[in-house]
Amino acid sequence: MSFPWANEYTPKAPLMKWIDDRLPLPRLVYNAVGSGYPVPRNLNYFWNFGVLSGLALMIQIVTGIIMAMHYGANELVAFSSVEHVMRDVNAGWLMRYAHANGASFFFIVVYLHIFRGLYYGSYKAPREMVWLLGLVIFLLMMATAFMGYVLPWGQMSYWGAKVITGLFGAIPVVGEPIQTWLLGGFAPNNATLNRFFSLHYLLPFAIAGVIILHIWALHIPGSSNPTGVDVKGPQDTVPFHPYYTAKDGFGAGIFFIIFAVMVYFAPNFLGHPDNYIEANPLSTPAHIVPEWYFWPFYAILRAFTVDFWFVPAKLLGVLAMFASILLLFVLPWLDTSPVRSGSYRPMFRKFFWILVIDVVILGYCGGSPAEEPFVMISQIASAYYFAHFLIILPLIAAFEKPLPLPGSITEAVLAKHGEATGDAATVAAE
Amino acid sequence: MVRIGAFLVGLFFAGWLFVSFLLGAVAYVGEPPQPTVEKVFHLTPKEAEFSFQGPFGHYDKQQLQRGFQVFKEVCSACHSLKFVAFRDLEALGYNEAEVKAIAKNWAIKTPDVDPKTGEASTRAPVPADHFPKPFANNVAAAAANNNAIPPDLSLMTKARHEGTAYVYSLLTGFGEQPAELLKRFPEAKTPEGLYYNPYFANLNLAMAPPLTSDGQVTYAEGQPKPTVDQMAKDVAAFLTWTAEPKLENRKSAGLAVMFFLIIATGLAYMSYRNIWAETKH
Repeated sequence: MSFPWANEYTPKAPLMKWIDDRLPLPRLVYNAVGSGYPVPRNLNYFWNFGVLSGLALMIQIVTGIIMAMHYGANELVAFSSVEHVMRDVNAGWLMRYAHANGASFFFIVVYLHIFRGLYYGSYKAPREMVWLLGLVIFLLMMATAFMGYVLPWGQMSYWGAKVITGLFGAIPVVGEPIQTWLLGGFAPNNATLNRFFSLHYLLPFAIAGVIILHIWALHIPGSSNPTGVDVKGPQDTVPFHPYYTAKDGFGAGIFFIIFAVMVYFAPNFLGHPDNYIEANPLSTPAHIVPEWYFWPFYAILRAFTVDFWFVPAKLLGVLAMFASILLLFVLPWLDTSPVRSGSYRPMFRKFFWILVIDVVILGYCGGSPAEEPFVMISQIASAYYFAHFLIILPLIAAFEKPLPLPGSITEAVLAKHGEATGDAATVAAE
Repeated sequence: MVRIGAFLVGLFFAGWLFVSFLLGAVAYVGEPPQPTVEKVFHLTPKEAEFSFQGPFGHYDKQQLQRGFQVFKEVCSACHSLKFVAFRDLEALGYNEAEVKAIAKNWAIKTPDVDPKTGEASTRAPVPADHFPKPFANNVAAAAANNNAIPPDLSLMTKARHEGTAYVYSLLTGFGEQPAELLKRFPEAKTPEGLYYNPYFANLNLAMAPPLTSDGQVTYAEGQPKPTVDQMAKDVAAFLTWTAEPKLENRKSAGLAVMFFLIIATGLAYMSYRNIWAETKH
């Protein structure tokens, strides 16, 4: 994971030198998260969420592996084995509540990480590959979370699995065979539960692998920063350790406090009560909803109510839902503005906040029953979502007049502290 | 190329969504959706105070014992409690001998096989057994209950929104259908064999009111008067314990964890400030 501008590692202790000559692992750590990695000095707290995402993955892996020791992936015992974890396994309730809420917190920090990237233009050259790999992680996360939610074999597990695999059934001709193949039957069954468990155990390690690539790709150009201005020299950076390890330590503390409040005092707040009812193929829940982190996409799926010529509305909804995520893969080539940071893009910034509100509205509609007025609201909100990325962003890039950028990161920092010198005074605009 | 393609895709999705919206809006204005009887008459659970609420909450063992008594004398005739074992009752303050006696004298026997012949038989439960089910299977349960299967109660208070208050409200919420309901929705008259209860999702419940009169269960000396309200509250508390038996461990561990985390985070903040003290950022 070495990269061009890392500081050279010179081992001091003879043992480290001995190891480094044979396996450059100390060098790797030094370059990746040690003093070897120079990072812009002006990162704000929004830059904490990458490390917090990694932390959330570790929580999921540790609690998940422990629960897998007590869980039975069989439709006859899955539900009661989860209750066995809750009642009879030492600290089993803690493992399960931490795992269930951990999934939500993983998505919270990843969504903040993604919106950080959207606001500060972290997807732009030369960091496109970081962005693309991040989206791969996001897709893997969604698949993992969905399959994990099926494992307790409650009512929402079962019917969620049925609805989501049913999306593939909307594809013409091959759709139904694909759905049957995915489920291993015509409806969710023991084969489904088994394969979902197998994949739910596998995919987090695939995520860990892509995270390594994500960080590797990041370390080639180095971290972006709130001004979006490139690093000009050593005065613009501080070594990752101890500066950002200390800041991330504080961030992790805040994360753990909020996480603990949920796990210990409101562990079922983010869950759905129906999942405490054992799966019953003969009884459909009144409202089938996925977990909250899928609500915006669920709203887009359900927003299509009218067939387009020979394309059924359901298929349009499925296409739109996938498109809503896949369009992010071309984002670096849609937003052609050379200015990265939203802080220097007055027009972009307004639309960015509209997008944030729009996604929150979509989320609210996705969690509500599919009835008016939620359908009409989600139609308008979905329309804006697509228009924002596919139409508005390229137009803004063409017409917007960005504010003047600071000459360097150091200049921006000094200006903020009222020590502006020379041309740095012009920087203070933002 | 990318931008032209994106523009067309965006125009299609946004445009078609807008068309769908207009069609939906026209339909909505032309024919506003009528409220359903459930929308108008379904009630959210009543407010009720319990000792286990809040971060410092604890179960009131006396109340759990009373609730267990109500379950034993009323609910257990039809409802199972399959995730709870007799041994768990020690958490209610019973000692080992008492738990043994409760299991041994339980009205429903545990299915087993005759150790000599291997034929199916039953025996008195022991503390290691879970509560035996009142019906051999769902068919038997439905046959005995006017075609409705009494649900297992182990997780009931977690399987409904505001579960504890829901159980309490449901048990005290039976009554006549309001005249206004019958006037506005004459077709929603409670069918024969069902019972009107505004706290139940579809308003009509197959379960007959189980708690009908004060003093239906005789509480031990020194306990509150067994009014219907009191019994409903006690059994709701008991079912909260069956659904979340580790609630007290969770909350007390949570307080210790918060104490630790706040100090650790304070230290982390100070070391962060210390390291960055000389660096403007």
